[in-house]
Amino acid sequence: MTMRPITFFRAGSIDEAVAAVSSHPDSAFLAGGTTEIDLLRLNVVQPTLLVDVNDLPLTYLEDVDDGGVRIGAMARMSDVARAPRIVERYPGMSQALLLGASEQLRNMASMGGNMCQRTRCSYFRDGQSPCNKREPGSGCSALTGINRGHAVLGTSEQCIATHPSDVAVALVALDAMIRTIGPDGTNAIPIERFFLRPADTPSIEHPLAHGELIVAIDVPALPVARTSRYVKHRDRASYEFALVSVFSAMRVDDAGNVAELRLALGGVGTVPWRAHRAEEALIGRPATPENFAAAADAEFADARTTPMNEFMVTFAKRAIVRELSEVTS
Amino acid sequence: MSPVVGKPVNRVDGPDKVTGTGRYCGEIVLPGLAYGLIVGAAVANGRVVSIDETAARAAGGVFGIMTHRNTPKVANQPRLIPSLAGQPAPGESFFPMQDDVVHYWGQPVALVVADSEEAAAHAAALLDITYEPGVPVATIADGRASATQAKTLFGGLMPATDERGDVEGALAAAEVTVDATYHFAANHHNPLETSVTTAQWDGDRVTLWDSTMGVRASQLTVASLLGIPLSDVRVITHFVGGGFGSKAMVWPHVTLAAMAARHVGRPVRLALTRPQSFTSNGHREEQEQRITLGAGRDGRLTAIRHRKLSVTSPFDDWAEPATGVSTQIYGCDNYLGDHQLIHGNTMTPTFTRAPGESLGSFTLETAMDRLAYELGMDPIELRIMNHPPVDNHGNPWSSDGMADCLRRGADLFGWAGRDPTPGTRQEGNDLIGTGVAGAGYPVAFMMPVQHARARIFHDGSVVIQTSAQEFGIGVTTSMSQVGADGLGVDMDVLRFEAGDTDLPNTTSAVGSMGATMQSSAVHNAATTLRNDLIAHAVNDGKSPLHGLSPSSVKVADGRMTSTLDPSIGESYADLLQRNRLLDMEALGSWTPPGMDTPHGLLTFGAQFAEVAVDKDLGLVRVRRMTGVFAPGRVLNPKLARSQLLGGMLWGLGQALLEGNQIDRQSGRWALNNLGEYLVPVHADIPDIQVDFVEVEDDVVGPLGVKGVGEVGQVGAAAAIANAVFHATGRRMNELPMTAEVVMNGGGPG
Ligand SMILES: Cc1cc2nc3c(=O)[nH]c(=O)nc-3n(C[C@H](O)[C@H](O)[C@H](O)COP(=O)(O)OP(=O)(O)OC[C@H]3O[C@@H](n4cnc5c(N)ncnc54)[C@H](O)[C@@H]3O)c2cc1C
Ligand code: SF4
Repeated sequence: MTMRPITFFRAGSIDEAVAAVSSHPDSAFLAGGTTEIDLLRLNVVQPTLLVDVNDLPLTYLEDVDDGGVRIGAMARMSDVARAPRIVERYPGMSQALLLGASEQLRNMASMGGNMCQRTRCSYFRDGQSPCNKREPGSGCSALTGINRGHAVLGTSEQCIATHPSDVAVALVALDAMIRTIGPDGTNAIPIERFFLRPADTPSIEHPLAHGELIVAIDVPALPVARTSRYVKHRDRASYEFALVSVFSAMRVDDAGNVAELRLALGGVGTVPWRAHRAEEALIGRPATPENFAAAADAEFADARTTPMNEFMVTFAKRAIVRELSEVTS
Repeated sequence: MSPVVGKPVNRVDGPDKVTGTGRYCGEIVLPGLAYGLIVGAAVANGRVVSIDETAARAAGGVFGIMTHRNTPKVANQPRLIPSLAGQPAPGESFFPMQDDVVHYWGQPVALVVADSEEAAAHAAALLDITYEPGVPVATIADGRASATQAKTLFGGLMPATDERGDVEGALAAAEVTVDATYHFAANHHNPLETSVTTAQWDGDRVTLWDSTMGVRASQLTVASLLGIPLSDVRVITHFVGGGFGSKAMVWPHVTLAAMAARHVGRPVRLALTRPQSFTSNGHREEQEQRITLGAGRDGRLTAIRHRKLSVTSPFDDWAEPATGVSTQIYGCDNYLGDHQLIHGNTMTPTFTRAPGESLGSFTLETAMDRLAYELGMDPIELRIMNHPPVDNHGNPWSSDGMADCLRRGADLFGWAGRDPTPGTRQEGNDLIGTGVAGAGYPVAFMMPVQHARARIFHDGSVVIQTSAQEFGIGVTTSMSQVGADGLGVDMDVLRFEAGDTDLPNTTSAVGSMGATMQSSAVHNAATTLRNDLIAHAVNDGKSPLHGLSPSSVKVADGRMTSTLDPSIGESYADLLQRNRLLDMEALGSWTPPGMDTPHGLLTFGAQFAEVAVDKDLGLVRVRRMTGVFAPGRVLNPKLARSQLLGGMLWGLGQALLEGNQIDRQSGRWALNNLGEYLVPVHADIPDIQVDFVEVEDDVVGPLGVKGVGEVGQVGAAAAIANAVFHATGRRMNELPMTAEVVMNGGGPG
């Protein structure tokens, strides 16, 4: 635990919030605080100015372009999870939210904050070990350390940290759009471009300018998402991040072929993982367990494992096959 | 008035806890209180090269910084001996900040004292400490080559080897053998309240409010380390937020709090943070166990060889003894149990719920299950057939109950008709299996004489005192029950006072001995006072009871009456008031029978579990558990059930979730918080059934109480592992049984 003197500023408007953070080099937005305050106390992040965005009028949920939904960045996870239009149009997203964290946390945690939550890699969070994400160039302790829960997809020599979010897995499958307002104006970022793989710069996780505020998340209309599902496999029955999670939305045509498929995975990637290869392998093909297995193999063809997290590949493939088989039957 | 012992009385301190009026040791408010924070070493092996305090001192609110350069030298470092022995009981034979050497990650290297917790934390983060790091060796994988045979364990109190007969010969001749090796991850205790000590000096005398399972152990240890008389150290603890062994020994922070208070000239509260609680009060050590059983085709055991290898600190030959139960719960003429140790860069491990028997029994009871399959016998019948009427020295059990626990458990659980074939029950994606294990936990009479005081005032109200600690087990309630029955008064007029070294001494409540020791002393104090009062009455010419023989006087509700004519009598209060006695009191003492008492001393039980194992993903969920135990007299079934149920849940956690490992590069514990060190949450907890088998025991004290604190944990993980085998056909040789262990077939073999 550490405690440093910090300046706290409650922004009254979006402009004020953006101006306050962008004009101060060591500043950060504060939403629900469930990541930010945690990391601050662990000495992992060291802002000297916190700009509270809880008063901003960003808690709305509204309809956009026939059938889509715009979610304000300050909407709380618990509210979004239970909103009728989310439950009806994107049940898998509602499930992803409800399977995340705990009810107390979900009541605090915002959707914008969720997009920016940091990895649970314990070397990152200890504030001391060499970690390229926390301290660029210091090395990656996880590569040769305890890495049972680390990513097998999208990794680099610099970092193998897993992206922890559940709801972001649903959102990458749904092709959501992240809307921001920054010092240089408004911006719309397709969600898959919002999450950056570590590559050579694991400390840079998003293409956001300092002071750029997420204001909303747009989820486009997608009829097949009305039967979407999210399953989360973990060591204990509740209140834990995923070992492997699967979001799926699939339509099988009358001939038994996969007509539409959205598939994304949590717990295995350095970013919320859209299973593009598996989708490609299946669309237009018969929805059979053999094809599901082949698609899962394709998705993990480039997986990079360590002795401790090797099992995740088999685990994840089985989870995919099971999920798609259950959806089909 | 009927006796209250044996009734499911509600906790008398429940309202204090729920309303927050009960003060824990970290909530003691004193004028001028300062806040201490330990800074732990960021290397696991090496030397502190420099400590730059400039920025920390400039941070504001800082009263003092202690490092090895200005920390007083300890007067006398006692050797580690379990606190149950009633001697100074340091958790390790080492005191930090005496020189610049670092032996383990998190070892205190500095202590900051400031005017608030936040200021202390801020200054601590600003201390610039540089190290000369060495290569840490802290795991079995790294230290295996350096392992040596231990001679004694527990600071010399116990032999590390237990041998009889000719094991090798018997194994060679055995018709059936079973051989299995296990690897167990380390466990941390994680009580809700991390350890905390508040220290206040008054001249040469110090008072410590210490969250401890033994105030007397804290007093003895601190007095020794500081080199001051015992009479100058008072330790108080009224509420402790759980211990599970982490507060059974006295760790350096307790004495550091006293040193810091002297250093800054103010009272100091020193609390461990949650991460520090992983590096400051011991752990259950990483270990490997190997067991080899030999038996005849008829199922009779002919040989048991049980060996353990584990990691300890550089200072102490500590291993939780693995063989205390395997040497005696089943009869066997040829036995070898021993312990090998790796001295590595960790702190000294310590008691953790069901110390020793927890994993020792896991090894034995999963091996017995294997043997049952080898022989094609029912595992319950195999156990009952091998359970002897006497212990390994030929002494009869003080009380038994093992077979009854197994049989009763089998009935409650619905064992009959079980198809033993593994892998035959499937529901959806889940393979279903059931398993059983026996349980035993030693009754260890290592402690000295125990004392309590009973005092009655002339209005009839009563105070019963002993130095016992309330750490959630319900001692305040159960001792009120014992005192009330002993004296013959209603519980409402009685207050039980505890948690203070100024009160008559009882020893640390560890090793499941608390209830036995305390109830014996309290019972003797209360009945002594009752006898004194009766004697007074029958000798008092003005008493209606005058002239009666004391044995023809009975007491209920604070009123003495003639057994011959109930209309003749008077109350304690009348007697005292008439004689102008403001109060009367009696000391009660109880001398334990000693380790060499000619009796077998175990508390027995039986555990059953049903599991569902995801056939593809290896995830195990427990569906139901049944535990039946024979803990002698049950003082309060509600409290006892909570203890046993809690123990069974500990077993579930150990089986499936709990495990910590040391990062081999840094020597640091990988997990240091409750987000990552997983314990079961409500959603993991199945339907749990707890029941008792009544056994009478006149050896373990006047009331015949054996403990319930530990035995509930013993065997629970083994029953789960045996159930996983029944479900999957895979033997589990590793704890916790995480998904990959189950998927990959069970571990090292
Ligand atoms: C014990 C625990 C368990 C958890 N389990 C899960 C889980 O199972 N699944 C899961 O998905 N999540 C889980 N979480 C993470 C939780 O969902 C996130 O912490 C939460 O969503 C973050 O939202 P917040 O509003 O609290 O963000 P904050 O903590 O306030 O902020 C997080 C980060 O986002 C930045 N930020 C916040 N709002 C904005 C904005 N509008 N624009 C730009 N930047 C912004 C902040 O500066 C900060 O860097 C868990 C968290 C905890 C503590
Ligand atoms: S995996 Fe990434 S976050 Fe973890 S230690 Fe390596 S660089 Fe840091």
